[in-house]
Amino acid sequence: MYEGAVQDLIDELGRLPGVGPKSAQRIAFHLLAADAADVGRLTAALQRVQAEVRFCVTCYNVAEGEQCRICRDPRRSLDVLCVVEEPKDVVAIERTREFKGRYHVLGGAISPIEGIGPDDLRVKELMTRLMDGTVTELIIATDPNLEGEATAAYLARLIAPMGVAVSRLASGLPVGGDLEYADEVTLGRAFEGRRRITA
Amino acid sequence: MSGVPQSLYRDEGVVLRVQKLGEADRIITVLTRRTGKVRAVAKGVRRTKSKFGARLEPFSHVDLQLYTGRNLDIVNQAESIRSYGPAVVGDYRAYTAGTAVLETADRLAGEEKEPQLRLFLLVIGALRSLAEQTHPPGLVLDAFLLRAMSVAGWEPALTDCARCAEPGPHRHFSVPGGGIVCPSCRPTGSAMPSPVTVGLLEALLTGDWALAEASQGTNRREASGLVAALLQWHLERSLRSLALVDRSEPGAPAPVALPDVHRLVGAAQLAGEPS
Ligand SMILES: [Zn+2]
Ligand SMILES: [Zn+2]
Repeated sequence: MYEGAVQDLIDELGRLPGVGPKSAQRIAFHLLAADAADVGRLTAALQRVQAEVRFCVTCYNVAEGEQCRICRDPRRSLDVLCVVEEPKDVVAIERTREFKGRYHVLGGAISPIEGIGPDDLRVKELMTRLMDGTVTELIIATDPNLEGEATAAYLARLIAPMGVAVSRLASGLPVGGDLEYADEVTLGRAFEGRRRITA
Repeated sequence: MSGVPQSLYRDEGVVLRVQKLGEADRIITVLTRRTGKVRAVAKGVRRTKSKFGARLEPFSHVDLQLYTGRNLDIVNQAESIRSYGPAVVGDYRAYTAGTAVLETADRLAGEEKEPQLRLFLLVIGALRSLAEQTHPPGLVLDAFLLRAMSVAGWEPALTDCARCAEPGPHRHFSVPGGGIVCPSCRPTGSAMPSPVTVGLLEALLTGDWALAEASQGTNRREASGLVAALLQWHLERSLRSLALVDRSEPGAPAPVALPDVHRLVGAAQLAGEPS
């Protein structure tokens, strides 16, 4: 244990995802030794994110303002919707430049063992978006792991009666991984090779 | 690293759950055939070019080579024996039932490295049945839960009194009392389930599938309620996945607690849209 302020910093860092006690300590001492200007920029970035970044009211991607950059862009097609788990997956797919439609961010995947069911995700919001018939194709790009697959199967069955074509990113994506680790070429190919699912 | 020499061992097991660790690693919980429950680190498993591929996902039956670690063991090699995941995830009822099987096994296995051969065999049997769709998923789950409780020493009494062994049948059922109880033993607050439901529990426990599959929805719901109550009473805690098990009938719309969605689906069908 360290003196108050240092220990507080270590504790706060240790609460971040993927940061264990040892990493928290390493980062804390790095910050203690850093230039005041560097620490100032980090502090400012944190405060700005806290003050300015929200979730898009339409797709739940991160947004500065009401809607995200993609939902505000009139060149993005309205008839194709890509469903992803997290905002970081939007970034991964945008890097491929293959997709010209819009997104819907679920906020995770169905994981009964974590107590996360369909009602804990933005499924209701997705159904509401599909209601007016504008969207004719839905591409499910949940992670290529077990929970992502189960979420895709659940959504496909839910949406089947609505007359929206549902497809799943498939070919070439390594099973068991996180979407964010897929390289652009593989992910781009997965878009072209998406397969139609019938529930 | 410590100077303690690491010992290598090999066992087969079913992956019960996975948790993210750091950037690309995972902690996996495995119920093994000989060693019992093992928690181990699988390094780099979330990278796209991991040597483990998809072999260390829940529902996978794998052959493992592990190093004994100070806190957690470390997976050195993993070979797939059979992966039940791909078959199970395509059917939401089987997926939610299967997840409840895995969570229950994790909880019933108790301490790490206590051999649990009978529990291991029950898990394999349940996953195989879910993957091959041999029986309705909800019944497979309840049969597994009853038999797993039996293996743990908590088999409910279904005919003779749980307390004094007075020969049955009796009408009362007490969750804290351990099942069927006679009129003189019954605690206040005992339930009076339908005799048909008690017959269904007996069929699930003994594997009389012809009788179990002929059961009606009302008896299935009552039976699964009793099984869940017994299990959670013994575990002294609720199981998260049990509340999310989809027990809808096949062909029914996907379960979702959203009345507006059902109305919407109905409207789309009325409008003659292709389904
Ligand atoms: Zn948006
Ligand atoms: Zn008695």
